[in-house]
Amino acid sequence: MENSVPDSPKPASSSRTVATPLYPRRRGIIIGASDGLGAALARHLAREGYTLALLARRQELLNLLCDEINRTANEKRAHAFSHDVTEYDKVPNLLRRIVADLGGLDLVVFVAGINYPPGGIDKYNFENDRRMIETNLIGAMAWLSPVAAMFQSAKAGQIVGIGSVAGDRGRVGNPGYNTSKAGLETYLEALRNRLTRHGVNVLTVKPGFVQTSMLQAAQGPTPFAITPEKAAADIWKAIEKRKQVIYTASIWRWIMLAIRHTPSAIFRRLSF
Amino acid sequence: MATMSLTLDNTFTQFENFGHSLRAPSYGFHPTRVEEIFDVFNLAKNLGLTVTARGAGRSYNDASLNGGGIVLDMSAMDKILEWESASGLVRCEPGVTLKQLWQCVEPDGWWPPVVSGTMQTTLGGCLAANIHGKNNFQKGTIGEHVLEFTAMLPTGELIICTPKTNTDLFYAMISGWGMLGVFTSITLQMKRIHSGLIAVDAWPVPNLSRHLSDLLDNAPRYDYIVGWLDTTTGGQNLGRGQIHAARNLKEGEDPDPQTTMQLAYQQLPDRLFGLMPKSLLHYFMSPFMNNLGVRGINTAKYITSLRKHTFRQSHAEFHFLLDYVPGWELSYGRGGLIQYQSFLPKETAEDAWRGMIQLSHQRGLPSYLGVTKRHRPDKFLLTHTVDGFSLAMDFKVTNNKRAQLSELLQDFDHMVLQAGGRFYFAKNSETSAEAARAFLGEETIVKFNKLKQRCDPNNLLESDLFRRVFGQSI
Repeated sequence: MENSVPDSPKPASSSRTVATPLYPRRRGIIIGASDGLGAALARHLAREGYTLALLARRQELLNLLCDEINRTANEKRAHAFSHDVTEYDKVPNLLRRIVADLGGLDLVVFVAGINYPPGGIDKYNFENDRRMIETNLIGAMAWLSPVAAMFQSAKAGQIVGIGSVAGDRGRVGNPGYNTSKAGLETYLEALRNRLTRHGVNVLTVKPGFVQTSMLQAAQGPTPFAITPEKAAADIWKAIEKRKQVIYTASIWRWIMLAIRHTPSAIFRRLSF
Repeated sequence: MATMSLTLDNTFTQFENFGHSLRAPSYGFHPTRVEEIFDVFNLAKNLGLTVTARGAGRSYNDASLNGGGIVLDMSAMDKILEWESASGLVRCEPGVTLKQLWQCVEPDGWWPPVVSGTMQTTLGGCLAANIHGKNNFQKGTIGEHVLEFTAMLPTGELIICTPKTNTDLFYAMISGWGMLGVFTSITLQMKRIHSGLIAVDAWPVPNLSRHLSDLLDNAPRYDYIVGWLDTTTGGQNLGRGQIHAARNLKEGEDPDPQTTMQLAYQQLPDRLFGLMPKSLLHYFMSPFMNNLGVRGINTAKYITSLRKHTFRQSHAEFHFLLDYVPGWELSYGRGGLIQYQSFLPKETAEDAWRGMIQLSHQRGLPSYLGVTKRHRPDKFLLTHTVDGFSLAMDFKVTNNKRAQLSELLQDFDHMVLQAGGRFYFAKNSETSAEAARAFLGEETIVKFNKLKQRCDPNNLLESDLFRRVFGQSI
């Protein structure tokens, strides 16, 4: 079974395709790859020649995606691993196993995120808040902290975290989600400040509205919504240029500039 | 039993090959004692990781890389354990470099019997690759001068091998690419010299036919022979170049051997014209590292080689050409370089190489440097040598030509196999499992797999090279 991590490990498979100077295979992990942005990014990175470990909870979706990618590439570029990011204790072993299977590691993208709005501006739901923090923030820390240690020691690598425009201000609609993304972005900034001096790049991506299943949960209008493919293309460009923070679509940079500078006296009277 | 508890913390390291064309992040360990190798084997077994030993990392491909696994960097086990200047016997740890070795033995009137083009290589690496030198036709590979070695098997067993005891492992571990065990000590026989100088004859050869016949006919009269081949020129002049043949001075030919064998006499100059540090030279070379620039350089080199001449130079200068310009490999730029070396029987070499060089010109992918040597076969299991010649060609790797270059090298593989040739796993980075199987032969592979099963039942020892060329056969 490709997706299960054995308790008593066996030596890494000897059949994986090895990188050669003429077929240099960069190796990446996408955590949260089964649909939406993660899946679009997986397709894009595979097209760029990456060998990928794709992680998500939903095994069937993941297998379909891997099959599709491998069929298109006509070789095994995507490996599926079913994993729940809140099972923090499983991360170190799984990470080691993936690095051995991929033959190294150059890029880690943390996409996994959930959005459970409390259901109205007068509603509060601690259980939802906790689940979002556990997945969006602590899940990211469980993965990115061992990855950061490895990249720091290797003096190479790139970490990508998917934040959100929702992390730029605390708003009336969804305090838990805002907090989880703001926390993630601050964490990524701290990693960036630690790792840049070691030759490791940390990219924070702040998407606006992306046409995914998460968007269906959004209340109210969704301006400037883009396809996951467009967002993936933007992210790939930023990875190649080793950027630090990007908005996608890029117009959100200007919108959020305005929103971030809106005085609290006004902002707390707004209803979004 | 484990003497200490090891962890993977802070060991993740970006290892590269010599040509800087591959990067393989792995967990790096630097044992200083034999027991620590066993600790690493245990750790690997517990964590489900594979291990490969690495010396100086001077192979052009993935022989010392193990992406995502453990790399045993042996360079800290670098002690010369015993040196007997009367008999020329030396016992070394595997991380001892050829540089340490010749610098130890030369003042006493000895020289390593076989050396590579760089002195940075370690003895462990030299044995694993079973290196040859410019004297392969006279002295064979380095393995033929090994009297004894000890090695640790992945099971933790320490074994002693000589040509008489554990014979099968002796002939398989030398040339075995570290896939059966890890060398822990090596005993070698050095070669007597009577001077720190070597007498070199240099003469031009106008085409491939003369190039090869001169190598063949002149080799018996010399100790060393090597050719430079202008790979950028075709037509009538295809295969033109220059031959350097050298012989050791006999007793009495050097009036003052005590002086010439001193280390001070053997130092490679570190500045060009006494002015510019040679470590900066590669910056000035890189603008010429394109098809046009290299063609100019090769032509200029041929013109300057037209004068037949004889001279004496130090052993270090003659042997270690790759160290003459430190960092020369960096002049190939970001993509690095790859080397393609083919070993062909003397009967088929000329036609095959003519075809290969012509093909490289047709495709607009000329090699930038060609080097020829004369060889003889040996009886090591994964031997690369033949009764014939080798031609090593360097190619620059650029992003937009990767696919074309790959296709060219696959066509080369075909032509070499058709001509009954062999490959050398220290050099070629693109050899497929099928090509390896074709030149090694089914019987050799079965034999090697049996030994692998016996020495390493859990497949703990694996390198990227091993997975590339043996992956499918285990």
